[in-house]
Amino acid sequence: MKTHNQKAWFFVLPVLFLVAFNALVPMMTVVNYSVQETFGNNLFFWQGLDWFENILRSDRFHAALGRQFLFTGLILLIEVPLGIAIALSMPRKGVWVSVCLVAMALPMLIPWNVVGAMWNIFTLPKIGLAGYFLNDVLGVNYNMTQDPVAAWVTIIVMDAWHWTSLVVLLSYAGLVSIPEAYYQAAKTDGASNWSIFRYIQLPKMKTVLTIAILLRFMDSFNIYTEPFVLTGGGPGNSTTLLSIDLVKIALGQFDLGPAAAMSLIYFAITLLVSWLFYTLMNKDNLN
Amino acid sequence: MAKITLSNLRHSYYPAPEKRDDYALKNIDLDWEDGGAYALLGPSGCGKTTLLNIISGLLTPSEGRILFDGKDVTDWTPGRRNIAQVFQFPVIYDTMTVYDNLAFPLRNRGVDPAHIDRRVQEIARLLEVENMLDRRASGLSPDNKQKLSMGRGLVRDDVNVVMFDEPLTVIDPHLKWKLRSKLKELHQRVKHTMIYVTHDQTEALTFADQVVVMDEGEIVQIGTPVDLFARPAHTFVGHFIGSPGMNVLPCELRNRGAFFQGSPVPLEGPVRADASGRAEIGIRPEFVTISDAGLDAVVVKVSDVGRHNVVQAMVGDTKLAAIIEGDVPHKGESVKLSFRQDQTRLYCDGWLATEI
Repeated sequence: MKTHNQKAWFFVLPVLFLVAFNALVPMMTVVNYSVQETFGNNLFFWQGLDWFENILRSDRFHAALGRQFLFTGLILLIEVPLGIAIALSMPRKGVWVSVCLVAMALPMLIPWNVVGAMWNIFTLPKIGLAGYFLNDVLGVNYNMTQDPVAAWVTIIVMDAWHWTSLVVLLSYAGLVSIPEAYYQAAKTDGASNWSIFRYIQLPKMKTVLTIAILLRFMDSFNIYTEPFVLTGGGPGNSTTLLSIDLVKIALGQFDLGPAAAMSLIYFAITLLVSWLFYTLMNKDNLN
Repeated sequence: MAKITLSNLRHSYYPAPEKRDDYALKNIDLDWEDGGAYALLGPSGCGKTTLLNIISGLLTPSEGRILFDGKDVTDWTPGRRNIAQVFQFPVIYDTMTVYDNLAFPLRNRGVDPAHIDRRVQEIARLLEVENMLDRRASGLSPDNKQKLSMGRGLVRDDVNVVMFDEPLTVIDPHLKWKLRSKLKELHQRVKHTMIYVTHDQTEALTFADQVVVMDEGEIVQIGTPVDLFARPAHTFVGHFIGSPGMNVLPCELRNRGAFFQGSPVPLEGPVRADASGRAEIGIRPEFVTISDAGLDAVVVKVSDVGRHNVVQAMVGDTKLAAIIEGDVPHKGESVKLSFRQDQTRLYCDGWLATEI
């Protein structure tokens, strides 16, 4: 006979406790703010879904969301192919392996705000290396504090410099796990380099690439510190990404209700797109 | 299809080999006849895979040439040599269907689609995978995956040689037998030259017409399975093939006669005139019998292996195995052992030294 014993639930308690403190309680606070209006003094007024409606209808939100998708889209389009290409050209044996790996890992070890500050100085006209070189040596009129295109190029290049390594390292891990026999078989089958990439390397990298793309999507979609330190969202609003806009609303204007509603929408979009990515990329495996 | 000649082949994995032991392959001279079924048999690390990779072109030998039908192909790429190789672990293209996997080597060479279709259907029928042609290759069971790897090797009808590098390692025992007979059948139908590398004597002896036995980078004997069993050219072959292997008994050579522990042992024929060095008697357990007269021995172990009994006995300080059918002695019993004369051979420094 089967014995029923509900005591096992107690084992779940510590996890429940942890999750409650690091996710549920803070999240519920945000939910709480998002449906109320407050004027301080701990006075709250029920607002229903008004804040959500306001945010979803606001042009400012649409613009920030558009910039955010453009930024993330460009980041993925640049970093994923570039990362794969670099991983493919890295040595698989010998002393240069560790040299390359360390060189690749270095940018990722630098804290976000330091990266922002570094690139800020790097791109300053007259003083910064890149700023001086572009303006005074190449004669390009480059000033990212005034020109939106320059600002965009700068944040994209900065992110590519900071995070392409992640795609490189993950792709490289996928590549070195391919047994030598696959390459040998492909050689005797007369496969071209493109076929080897298309039918051996890419399929074997698929799992790690899914992780790489997901991580790069989430990180770039939630990016805050580096562009904030570098451009502060400017010039104008041209590089005001979602998170920068959110912080402006929450801490600059102290509109806690709309900010809370916006955070929840932001969170929902991130979650939804990540889920879509994951489902689409694993579609073949599930069948 | 081609006759493959290996001429004065030596290979070392060291950049500057000095001693003889630095070589993974020590001077190989060998012809593989067109259309033959060969097995390359030897213990792990004896250089089998190295030799195979040299034939396929994945490795370039340190010294020596490889000829296909007399043409020097030593510097050719594996693709150009037009050979096929099946590896220990199944190599399949995961994202392709079974059909596309089989068609891949042909498509890469620009064969016309109608011919590709004909070949793929034919090979699929031979391998009994024709009902899975539309399936994704990644979902197949390990034995079907290995069949597919073999199929990719067999699909080209102009291939010079198909090489199998221990292809049944990952296959379940009950399927091993099936795939092995399938391979044998395939060889009889397609008549490609096939080289089958293994360390398993049963696989080698059932598959091949000719078995090449290797040890420590050298070829010690080439022959039919019967040759290898009946007259091993080297004590290594005698010991490696057979279960249990040949008894190798240290002996003394006096006036071209063999003496084992002081008593003379009649041999199959005269000892070669130039025989010298460490002398040993080789006698297979199958030809050792318990009789009324002979060497005094004490039985130390009797194992019943089903069809017969394997008796281990000590003659002085030398251990000897005998295969006995019918009545068996008990452990600890004193018996007399005799050797069948026409199966008793002398080996000097490991090599056969008696003539018939």
